[in-house]
Amino acid sequence: MSMHKKERLVLVGNGMAGMRTIDEILARDPDRYEIEVIGAEPHPNYNRIMLSSVLAGEKALEDIVLHPHEFYARNNIGLTTGDAVASIDSASRTVTTVSGRSLAFDKLILATGSRPVVPPLPGLELPGNCAFRDRADLRRMQDASCNGTHAIVIGGGLLGLEAAFGLMRLGMKVTVLHLMQTLMERQLDEAAGYLLQRDLMARGINVITRAETEAILGDKCATAVRLSDGRELPADLIVFAIGVRPNIDLARKSGLEVNRGVKVDDTMQSTHPDIYAVGECVEHRGMTFGLVAPLWQQAKICAAALCGETNAAFTPPANYTSLKITGIDVFSAGALGARDDGDEEITLRDAGTHQYKKLVIRDGKLAGAILYGEISDGPWFVELMESGRDISYIRDRLLFGRALAQAA
Amino acid sequence: MFHSPSLPSPQTPVKTTCPYCGVGCGVIASGDGSVRGDESHPANEGRLCSKGSALGETLGFRGRILYPEIEGKRATWDQALDHIAAKFSAAIRDHGPESVAIYASGQFLTEDYYVANKLMKGFLGTANIDTNSRLCMASSVAGHIRAFGEDIVPGCYEDIEQADLVILAGSNAAWCHPILFRRLEAAQKARGTKFIVIDPRVTASCDGAELHLPLRAGSDVALFNGLLTYLADTGNFDKEFVEKHCAGAESAIATAREMTINDIAAPTGLDQHDILKFYSLFASTPRVVTAYSQGINQSSAGTDKVNAIINCHLATGRIGKPGMGPFSLTGQPNAMGGREVGGLANQLAAHMSFSSPQHIERVARFWKADNMAQRPGLKAVELFEAVHAGKIKALWIAGTNPAVSLPRADRIREALHSCDFVVNADCHHGDTSGFAHVRLPARGWSEKDGTVTNSERRISRQRAFRPAPGEAMPDWWMFAQLGRRMGWKDAFAYEKPVQIFREHAALSSFENEGERLFDIGALATLDDGEYESMAPCQWPAPKEGRQGGRLFGGGSFATPDGRARFIATRFGSVTETPNEEKPLILNTARIRDQWHTMTRTGDVARLSAHTPEPYLDIHPEDALRAGLQDRGFTRVESAHASAIMRVRLSSEQRPGEVHAAMHWSFTNASTGPADRLVGASVDPISGQPELKASAVSISPQTMAWHGLLLHGERLLKIDSTYWCRIAVEGGYAYPLAGANPLARPGETPGDDWVLGMLGAEPAADLTVYADPMRGVFRYALFREGRLIACLFVARDSAAVPDRETMAKIFAAPLPVENRARILAGLSLDGVANTGPTICACFAIGQTTISETIERSGLKTAAEIGAALKAGTNCGSCLPEIEKLLRAGNPAAALIQAA
Ligand SMILES: Cc1cc2nc3c(=O)[nH]c(=O)nc-3n(C[C@H](O)[C@H](O)[C@H](O)COP(=O)(O)OP(=O)(O)OC[C@H]3O[C@@H](n4cnc5c(N)ncnc54)[C@H](O)[C@@H]3O)c2cc1C
Ligand code: SF4
Repeated sequence: MSMHKKERLVLVGNGMAGMRTIDEILARDPDRYEIEVIGAEPHPNYNRIMLSSVLAGEKALEDIVLHPHEFYARNNIGLTTGDAVASIDSASRTVTTVSGRSLAFDKLILATGSRPVVPPLPGLELPGNCAFRDRADLRRMQDASCNGTHAIVIGGGLLGLEAAFGLMRLGMKVTVLHLMQTLMERQLDEAAGYLLQRDLMARGINVITRAETEAILGDKCATAVRLSDGRELPADLIVFAIGVRPNIDLARKSGLEVNRGVKVDDTMQSTHPDIYAVGECVEHRGMTFGLVAPLWQQAKICAAALCGETNAAFTPPANYTSLKITGIDVFSAGALGARDDGDEEITLRDAGTHQYKKLVIRDGKLAGAILYGEISDGPWFVELMESGRDISYIRDRLLFGRALAQAA
Repeated sequence: MFHSPSLPSPQTPVKTTCPYCGVGCGVIASGDGSVRGDESHPANEGRLCSKGSALGETLGFRGRILYPEIEGKRATWDQALDHIAAKFSAAIRDHGPESVAIYASGQFLTEDYYVANKLMKGFLGTANIDTNSRLCMASSVAGHIRAFGEDIVPGCYEDIEQADLVILAGSNAAWCHPILFRRLEAAQKARGTKFIVIDPRVTASCDGAELHLPLRAGSDVALFNGLLTYLADTGNFDKEFVEKHCAGAESAIATAREMTINDIAAPTGLDQHDILKFYSLFASTPRVVTAYSQGINQSSAGTDKVNAIINCHLATGRIGKPGMGPFSLTGQPNAMGGREVGGLANQLAAHMSFSSPQHIERVARFWKADNMAQRPGLKAVELFEAVHAGKIKALWIAGTNPAVSLPRADRIREALHSCDFVVNADCHHGDTSGFAHVRLPARGWSEKDGTVTNSERRISRQRAFRPAPGEAMPDWWMFAQLGRRMGWKDAFAYEKPVQIFREHAALSSFENEGERLFDIGALATLDDGEYESMAPCQWPAPKEGRQGGRLFGGGSFATPDGRARFIATRFGSVTETPNEEKPLILNTARIRDQWHTMTRTGDVARLSAHTPEPYLDIHPEDALRAGLQDRGFTRVESAHASAIMRVRLSSEQRPGEVHAAMHWSFTNASTGPADRLVGASVDPISGQPELKASAVSISPQTMAWHGLLLHGERLLKIDSTYWCRIAVEGGYAYPLAGANPLARPGETPGDDWVLGMLGAEPAADLTVYADPMRGVFRYALFREGRLIACLFVARDSAAVPDRETMAKIFAAPLPVENRARILAGLSLDGVANTGPTICACFAIGQTTISETIERSGLKTAAEIGAALKAGTNCGSCLPEIEKLLRAGNPAAALIQAA
């Protein structure tokens, strides 16, 4: 035990990035801080990513708990659940929660995550719609599947498709409405998007692309959605999955500099020297984040800074995605296609096994990879992209993956 | 009608004879495909060369003709034979007997030959029957007859073992008569036998040679004339032998002396020192054998070359004695047997001659033939000229592929195309069968019975040991059927080969009285059982007197006066001399592991590996001058045709001379046969064509793309500037190259072209790899999950996988996880499969995790994360990882979980 009185560290947001930062701090210097965690959700920290798996019935809720109550107790961490921080007084260094509690801090970590984007549709006020972000949403969907048959998922990105898959597994008739021509267009090119659509349809998920939702219909609760072309689709449940927006209300109110997200420097420090921010709520060099890999990196950097290390700096790792739908393997990283004449594409299509791979080459370096059906070399491609290595000498084998490219 | 041979069980070993080269090795084979050398056969004493030992692999029925066909439609034997009989009869009726012809083969058994010869010369009244032996042995036959009075090979194989010096003249025995060469090597080891190779090229036979004389093509007469002069000048003549047993020595020497020994270097292009070394070794070594083959025979001066060699042996009396003599190595398994029956157009039968009316009358009497041919018929090249001129109205081609193997093959194709009626009896569909109006399925080796005679006059049995495919029949039966249908029932009443053999043997001794050395009268009385079990035997085999062994040792020759003849031979250059426009001489030859036009050996993977493509071999200096690169392409042009070939640099080539192997044809390579490029000049006496000296020009041929097609099927034509077919395990590889671009940079080749190359239907199950900017495209075609074909094309030849790497892709079924990987063009041996994905974030498979757990003895998910990163990102897979950890047998755990 240290002789000094320990500094007080308050974490706002009991989610994945924030708690990973606490893990990193404890690993570095367990006795440095007296830690208080305040979370709006009424549970200890769980693995949000795996909500999809829980929805699909592949995992139970207790499987996805990352930090059970004992964890906080064991590490002398004060935990407040089900109460959000309402304001931060950076001058007096106190936070106040919605329920009126006040807590002093020496250092503060903002990790408020993000909020689902919900479009301003007529009928939104009708019960029967939700997003897919937390355990409350999960519960809504599970309940709906018990009472209704038709589910509409608006948004054919990663999250929407995982929701659709889960709902389908729960026995609902699911239709995905997607505004663009092909699914997951931010991660996949058209070819892969088509393959994905075909494979989902083959599994019984209806997909309508270029579908613009105009209104939610219903009397007491939602019963259908109408598309701009006039089509009406029955809906007992409507799930929005058209994107997330960093949750920055608190930061803005507290006078921190925000843009799309809470602005941080390379050490995850906000514009206030005692306030740090990690996770989906931050904006680093103009970039915001929606996947966990960069957050783990941020957690490390933030913990290092809070433990007095001076040389750590955040550089976002190459962004890559994979889809968690059992039996459909999709991987995407970097550029989705040739940007101009200088860019080159290498493709492989295997109709028989529904495999598709595409690499984008720029200046003799790997700039992007889309893998569909067989994704085992995804991480290696990411490694190559990050290293910026010249791949010309293995170009003719590159797409076939590490084992073959490096074979004698 | 036809007495089918009774076949042994598939496991029963049967003694038979190798069907390839003239060494004539004994083989023990059985229907299950096992093959080994016959220890008891004197030719090989149990050894077999690469071709012989792969015989078991040639027993597949790929590409076989199975049924008679008339105009491409299946017919019965009766229909086909009646049709042929009608056509032949009509031709003879309307155009005379000279309007029909048979072109047969050294692949024939003696019995086949005998019946064909008898039919033509005795009953159809024409000697228009020639064989591919014309391309092979005719000059030796003519040279023998000129010198000895009869077509006799005086020595036997032991002579090679008993010689102190063996001259290999125009013979790459190491590849073309491999077992004989083994015997020579053994002699070298055992008793220090030296050997000298006379060949424009450095060949495999030069290994271990005392001296290699890379003489200029066609200059052999000058070299051996010089030797004769040298022997005369240095007192090495055996005066007594020459005076007592020879005639014509003076004029031969006088003619030889027209060039002094110092003059020999210029035409032969040899080093004077080497020439003298050869001469003095020959002069000082009594036991010397000069073994010669196609380099001597296939020449416009072939007969003179043979006699120039024989002259030197006569001059020294080195003939017919142990370890001495001129020795013609026949190229084909039964060239000798064909000569025995008289299967060449200028022979009559059984070593009797058209030049003797007595002989004609005697044979007629023996055959009870009323329509004997009275004069020699057309020799191969003339014969096909007559076909081209429309003079031959009905032509039967059997067991040979003249559309490939005759010189000016393009003209031969024209001739075949224009001929009124062509019958082709063959085992395989090939270039020639495409021109036939009637195709007849012939039995091949392992399916038919009869005899063959090897280079040392040894008669061996070929025996049937497995059933023939479809309705295939032996050639003798077909000819006998034609004879019967044309009205000579009794003369062609044969039901089995032994009847033919007995008649053949009887004819050889018929009114012979020692006149003809070819006398096998002792065999005329063999009963069926004795024929069945006949052991290899060497002729002569008269009813009484000496059997087998060397001939002429006693100095008595087969001429009317018993004296051997020296022949005055004058050196003249090859017909096509190099000139400014066509500065190089093209030589053609065999390669080690292929036989003839590859109809049999071409489908055997391990025989294809040795020389897979039809290369043009060229000396690096010539290549540099012409701007050619190794493995690049060249357009070769002769006065007769042009071909695009792949270049192979070889310092074994004589500068100024290029070489192409003779085996390829239009049905297995875009180059077509090398003999297309070859001129039709023939030896004036033997009619044997000059296949080894054609003037050509070469120029670089650039290719816009390169490729490799792997296909399970035996494709006969491919839409590509350059292609050839190479057997691989379970299929074929086709190297490709195209002169015209397949696609502009950034674009992809047209679907039609791709589907056409693969032989795929539009909705086919395809895997496609495309790198359009680099111009690399790869395709794999599947049917019902099975790999059918793979196509690799690329602007840059470096992006095309090499054939060796891909050679095994049809050998075993392709696991589904390798469907796409096959297009990497790399060997997939030892490339691990990671198993079903467990960690999606880092794409770590179950196999990888399980193996790591086992190998490194990992206990916790954290350890696995540290080792593989698995589970360290989103963590969704941690439960699966835990499960793998818990399981004693990780794989089983996953199966349970699934
Ligand atoms: C269903 C689903 C599947 C996903 N799948 C993947 C995937 O496969 N791969 C991947 O990389 N990413 C995936 N993600 C995204 C990933 O979960 C997020 O990137 C990650 O959770 C972000 O972490 P965070 O800590 O920034 O935010 P969060 O985990 O959202 O944590 C923020 C927490 O702060 C709380 N909070 C907000 N405001 C306050 C306040 N004022 N006071 C107190 N508490 C507050 C919130 O209630 C929340 O609990 C998925 C997300 C979802 C929803
Ligand atoms: S040497 Fe000739 S006969 Fe003997 S096995 Fe080889 S090819 Fe056959």
